[in-house]
Amino acid sequence: MSGNGAAPERGVGRPVETAGGISLFRRLWRAGQMLSDGAAAGPVHPLLRLYVRWVRRPLLPAMRLWRRNIQLRVVATTLLMSVGVVLLLGVVVIGQVRNGLLEAKRHASLSQAEGGFKAARDAADAAGDTRGQDAQSGSRSGTDPGAWLTAQVQQLSSGGQGVYHVVALSSGGGDLAYGDPGYGDVSSAGARGPRASGDIDPEASIPADLRKQLDTKTGALWKSASVKHNSSDEGEPALVVGKRMYDPNGKAYQLYYLFPYTQEEKSLGLVRGTLATAGVFVVVLLGAIAWLVVRQIVTPVRMAASISERLAAGVLQERMKVTGEDDIARLGEAFNKMAQNLQVKIQQLEQLSRMQRRFVSDVSHELRTPLTTVRMAAEVIHEAREDFDPVTARSAELLYGQVDRFESLLADLLEISRFDAGAAALEAEPVDLRDVVNRVIEGALPLADRKGSRLLVRGAEQPVTAEADSRRVERVLRNLVVNAVEHGEGRDVIVRLATAGGAVAVAVRDYGVGLKPGEATRVFNRFWRADPARARTTGGTGLGLSIAVEDARLHGGWLQAWGEPGGGSQFRLTLPAAAGDTLRGSPIPLEPEDSRRNRGLNDAGVPLAVTGRSGGVPPQGSGLTPVPPQAKNVPAVDPAALPGSGARVVARAGGQGHAQDGGKPAAGAAEERAGEREGRARGR
Amino acid sequence: MKGRVLVVDDDTALAEMLGIVLRGEGFEPSFVADGDKALAAFREVKPDLVLLDLMLPGRDGIEVCRLIRAESGVPIVMLTAKSDTVDVVVGLESGADDYIVKPFKPKELVARIRARLRRSEEPAPEQLGIGDLVIDVAGHSVKRDGHSIALTPLEFDLLVALARKPWQVFTREVLLEQVWGYRHAADTRLVNVHVQRLRSKVEKDPERPEIVVTVRGVGYKAGPS
Repeated sequence: MSGNGAAPERGVGRPVETAGGISLFRRLWRAGQMLSDGAAAGPVHPLLRLYVRWVRRPLLPAMRLWRRNIQLRVVATTLLMSVGVVLLLGVVVIGQVRNGLLEAKRHASLSQAEGGFKAARDAADAAGDTRGQDAQSGSRSGTDPGAWLTAQVQQLSSGGQGVYHVVALSSGGGDLAYGDPGYGDVSSAGARGPRASGDIDPEASIPADLRKQLDTKTGALWKSASVKHNSSDEGEPALVVGKRMYDPNGKAYQLYYLFPYTQEEKSLGLVRGTLATAGVFVVVLLGAIAWLVVRQIVTPVRMAASISERLAAGVLQERMKVTGEDDIARLGEAFNKMAQNLQVKIQQLEQLSRMQRRFVSDVSHELRTPLTTVRMAAEVIHEAREDFDPVTARSAELLYGQVDRFESLLADLLEISRFDAGAAALEAEPVDLRDVVNRVIEGALPLADRKGSRLLVRGAEQPVTAEADSRRVERVLRNLVVNAVEHGEGRDVIVRLATAGGAVAVAVRDYGVGLKPGEATRVFNRFWRADPARARTTGGTGLGLSIAVEDARLHGGWLQAWGEPGGGSQFRLTLPAAAGDTLRGSPIPLEPEDSRRNRGLNDAGVPLAVTGRSGGVPPQGSGLTPVPPQAKNVPAVDPAALPGSGARVVARAGGQGHAQDGGKPAAGAAEERAGEREGRARGR
Repeated sequence: MKGRVLVVDDDTALAEMLGIVLRGEGFEPSFVADGDKALAAFREVKPDLVLLDLMLPGRDGIEVCRLIRAESGVPIVMLTAKSDTVDVVVGLESGADDYIVKPFKPKELVARIRARLRRSEEPAPEQLGIGDLVIDVAGHSVKRDGHSIALTPLEFDLLVALARKPWQVFTREVLLEQVWGYRHAADTRLVNVHVQRLRSKVEKDPERPEIVVTVRGVGYKAGPS
C-alpha cells in the first residue's frame, strides 16, 4: 500500500497547489469584500487596504458587468480562444513555410555549389596541365597559385551577383600564409590567405567547426551561419556550403559558397505579415460572429426574463413573441403555454374566490332577511308571553333565546367564511387600546356582576396605542373577557395592558378552571368545547376564539393561550404597534408571574428578583424541566402540554395537527420568550 | 312627535312585521315594495323618515337613496344584510344618515328611528359660529357671507355638535353618541363618511379642511373661527 503512495501524492499535490492559489485569490477578494462592506472586525493589513482602494474598487463595475452579462462573457471567451488558435496556427504555418523554404534553398544551393566546385576542380586540373606544359617550356607565367585562387574566386562569384558569395580559405586549420618563398609575391594576404568575393569578412563568416570538419572529410558540407560583411557589424543569415579543393599545385584549400537567406527572409516576412493580418481579421470576425450568435440566443432569453418578471408582478397577459420553429421558438411557445396555464389557473382561483365571496354575501342576505322577520316576530311573541298559558309562554321564551343563538351562530359562520375566502380587510388606524378595553369591560360588567367576578385593569397608566382595526380588536377582547368571566368561577379577572419594543399586548387572566395539558392550543379550534359534558351556560357559538385568532392574524399579531388545570388561564393578544410590522416579542409574558409553577419556584427559595428577570417564564424548550411539586399530576408526555407552551397564532396548521407539533413550537416559544424578556426589559 | 315612516322593502313578510312593530310603537308606516315606485310614494306620503332596504327590484336602494336625497333632507335609515365595508360605505355616501344590519332587534330599530326623529323637536334659539360660518340652530340654517348652505338634518347636527364645543376634540365614539344617539359604540365608519360629506359642502377646499379638522389618532374638532 505504501509503495504506490508516492504517485498519487504527487498526483494530488498539483491540484492542491492550484487550489491554494485560487483560494488565496479568493481570500484576498473576500477580504476586500468584507472591507468594503465595512463589516470587517479587527485590524486589517494596510496592503489589503491599498489593494481594496486601488485594485478592487475600480474593478467592481466591470466585475458586476462580467457576472451579469453572458453575452460579454461568451464574446470575451471566444476572442481569447480564437486568439490562441490563431497564434498556434500562425506558429505552425510559419514553421512549415520556413522549413519548406529552407529545404528548397538547400537543394538549389547545393546543386549550384556542386556546379561551382566542379568548375573549380576543372579549372584546377586545367591549370595543372598547363603548368606542366609551362614547366616543360620553362615559362612560369599564370602558374602563381595565389593569383590563380583569387581569379578562381572572382570567376566563381561572378555568376551569382548578390545571390551568393564565394570564399576560399586555406585548409589544414591555419589560415596563415606559411611563408613559402614561392608564394611570397602574391598580392593580398599571401597565396594561402583567405579570399572572398564582395565585401564578405571570410574569417568571421565561416563557422570554425565547419572548417574543422572540412579538413577531415571529403565531399560538400553545409551549415547555416551568420555572414559578416566588412562594412557592418551585423550578420546576415546565410547557408554556407563548403568543400575541400585542390589548387593546381595539389595543395588543399577550402572553397565556400555563401547563400544569404535574403529572399527567403523576404518571403517569410510576407507570409508572416499576411498571416498576422488574416489572424487579426479572423479574431475580430470571430468576436463579431460570437456576439451576433449569442445575441440571437440571449435576446429571447432576456425577453423571457423580463416577461417572467412582468408575469410575476401580476401582468398575466404578457406573452413572448414567437417566430419560426427553432429551439428559441419552442422555448417561447412553452413559455407562452405556461403563462397561459398560469393565467387560466389564477383566473379560476380568482373566480372561485369571487364566487365564494358572492355566495357568502348572497347566503348572508338570503338568510338574514327571513331571520329578521323571525326575530321580530319572536320578540313580539316574547313581549306578549304573559298573556299565554305556561306551555306557550315557555315556548315563546325558548324561541326567543334560540333565535338569538341562531343569529350569533350565523354571524360567526359568515365571519369565518369571510376569512376563509380572504375577503376580510383590515381597517387600521391609531387606536388607544385603553379605550377599547374600557368599552369591553363596560359591556362585560353585567355578566361579571351575575357571576360575582371583579374586572380589574392593570397597566392603563400610560397610553397603549397601536395601529389596529378597533372593531376587530374589540371583538377579540370582548371574546376573551367574556370567556374569562364565564370560566372564572366568580374569581377576579385581570386585564393587563403593556407596550414595548414595537408591540402592544393585552392579557386576560382568570383564576378559574384553567386549561388541561394540550388544551392551550386546542382552544382555538373551531367548535372546540373545553368539556363536552359541561353545561353550556351562556351558549357561545364555539367559533369565538377561532374568529379572534383570525382577527389577530389579520393584524399580523398573535393570540396565545396559557393555562394550568385548576390554576386559571391567561390569553394574550399581541399586536404590532405599527400596522404591517413583524412581531418579535410580546411585552407581557405568556405565563403569568403568579402561575403555580412560578410561585413554586419562589417557595423553593429562589430569590424573586432572579426568577422575575430570567425565570419569569422558565425555560421549557426541553420539555424535561422538573415539574414543580404542586404540578405533579401534569403528565410530562406532551411537551406542548406543559403550562406556558402557548399556541402561536401564526402556526395554525400546527395548532390543528397538534399531536405532531410537540417539539416544534418549543423552539419557537423559546425564541419568542427571548423577545419577551427583551421587550420587558425595555418596557421597564 | 310626527311619525310617518315610509318602508321601502320588497320582502312582504318583513315589511308586514316592520309594520306591526312600528304601529306598536306609535308610528304611521306606509309601504312600497318596488324601487321604481319608491320616489313617487315618497312624494305622496311625505314621510318623516325612510326605512330603505338596499337590495330592491327595479332601482336598487343606493339609487333610490340618491334620488330622495336630491330633493329632501329627510332622515334615511338603510336596512342592509351586508355589513361589509364597501356596501355600507357606498350606502352612506349615497346619502343615508344611518344604517342597521339585519337581523336587528326591534328595539334597536325603534331606537334608531327615534334618534333620527328626535331632532325635529323644537330647539332653543341659538347662534353659533364655526370658522367663517354662522349657524342659526333654531332656524336650521348655515350661512357663509350671507349665502346659506343646504345641509341634511344629520349633517347639521354634526356641525352643531362640533360648533358648540370648539375647544373639545370629539372622538368618533362621542360623536356617534351625541349625533346618532348610539349608547354603545357602533361603526365609526358612519362618522368618517358623514364628516367627508359635510366637508364637501362646507369646506372651501375639502382636501384641506378648515371647518372640521381631523385630530390624528383621536377624532375631529371645530376649526378656529
